[in-house]
Amino acid sequence: MSQGNMNLTLKVWRQKNTQTAGKFVTYKAEGISPDMSFLEMLDVVNESLIKKQEDPIHFDHDSREGICGMCSLYINGRPHGPKRAITTCQLHMRSFSDGETITIEPWRSAAFPIVKDLATDRSAFDRIQQAGGFISVNTGGVPDANSTLIPKVIADEAFNSATCIGCGACVAACKNASAMLFTSAKITQLGLLPQGQPERWSRVQAMVNQMDEEGFGNCTNTGACEAVCPKEITLMNISRMNNDFFSAELFREEHTHDGGGNG
Amino acid sequence: MSEFKQTFNSSLGKKLIMALTGLFLCTFLIVHVGGNLLLFKCDDGFAFNSYANFLTHFPPIEVIAYVLYFFIVLHSVYALVLTIKNRRARPVGYAVQTKSPTSWSSKNMGLLGSILLLFIVIHMGDFWFTYKYKETLGFKEYRTNLATNVTTVSDYKPEVATFERSISTENNVEIVRVKDLHSRIQWSFSHLWYVVFYVIAMVAVSFHLLHGFQSAFKTLGWVHKKYDGIVSFIGTWLFAVIIPLLFAAMPIYYYYLTLVK
Repeated sequence: MSQGNMNLTLKVWRQKNTQTAGKFVTYKAEGISPDMSFLEMLDVVNESLIKKQEDPIHFDHDSREGICGMCSLYINGRPHGPKRAITTCQLHMRSFSDGETITIEPWRSAAFPIVKDLATDRSAFDRIQQAGGFISVNTGGVPDANSTLIPKVIADEAFNSATCIGCGACVAACKNASAMLFTSAKITQLGLLPQGQPERWSRVQAMVNQMDEEGFGNCTNTGACEAVCPKEITLMNISRMNNDFFSAELFREEHTHDGGGNG
Repeated sequence: MSEFKQTFNSSLGKKLIMALTGLFLCTFLIVHVGGNLLLFKCDDGFAFNSYANFLTHFPPIEVIAYVLYFFIVLHSVYALVLTIKNRRARPVGYAVQTKSPTSWSSKNMGLLGSILLLFIVIHMGDFWFTYKYKETLGFKEYRTNLATNVTTVSDYKPEVATFERSISTENNVEIVRVKDLHSRIQWSFSHLWYVVFYVIAMVAVSFHLLHGFQSAFKTLGWVHKKYDGIVSFIGTWLFAVIIPLLFAAMPIYYYYLTLVK
């Protein structure tokens, strides 16, 4: 941990757009306060680039408080940097030492094309979500409070899965660039709850199909995803998704059979 | 595309096939290692040769054997398809990667599987193919005196080329004439490089199953606090330690026998 201001060397992936090939460019980050967040450090570097009339480093960010899932930097060989269970915006420069060289790369996945530099297009996640990651609420009178009973353990487990912010660190860390941790968290947070039951079987099929169409890889239960997840989503979600998917595909038939009901 | 095809062409469908064929191959290993323990019996291969004869002449086993060969092919082909798809999912790799807290075997299943496939081809070519289709294998005659229970062994030359086996009893002496796979094994395992190759292959089995057995249950979605511990215990101790050790002990034991002779 450093006390005074730090001088760092950054190796940053620069890429003009999706079509052009990118390369690493080295920058000096000087006089960096250890209390800055990683993104604030990049802001400082960008300001100096703008003053020099150079193209600033493009990176995604929004809330900067670890809840939006926009920041997505692969720092020194790990999504969101060296610390566990935090996002890049929650990473502080005191986690690095003075004089260190930091390599910053974008998420690497065919399904996340690079928009520019370190920013990737993660709308594949949106399309998976849109394929079934919702419950259809029929509006009507306000139901009584607690008319739908949910056991505490189920509520807790569903909320654990629901903490996924969709940053894509799981895909970035997975050796197969698989999106199964994200998809399974989005499927099973609803599948666990009573409100999610009516669409439970069609949801898992639709979302898995969309995930396949986006060109993500396949899970090998290695567990790199859960190790880097800023929200500590567990592999259990994937097993739960598999269980639901096989139930839906192999043991449940959801269509009306002809012949009955003529009386 | 039919709904059936769609199920098995999905990412999870392919993984289901990997898991089910993998678990079938795991159960086969239990039977295979159990039967082959007869190799440790010092009876000039009487028990082992009789067992090999039984396996190749009992119709249900022959049917299951072809299911097994089919599953080995299916497991390999699906592994290849999934690996190609996984590579395509990340066309540009990372410049820097830190050590992840994940197991080595889980990241090298393809490498381990390729070693195993090579091993299976050589192993089957050497014993299974030789036993079934080659005429180089001789026959042994075991004469057991039923009164004293003493067995003597001698080479046997069949009178007809199509001879496979015979069991008869004459004057209170049981005569068993079977193909002599045992001496082929003795010959194979008298070569050091061959023994080393087998031991390396068993190390690959160990690491492959250390991840594979437990991973199959996760893929199937059979994860529960009640039996997770049992699955992990069986996957580690039975499939990654005991079975590979027993298998590896066979070539080592036979090589040792040729040394002390």
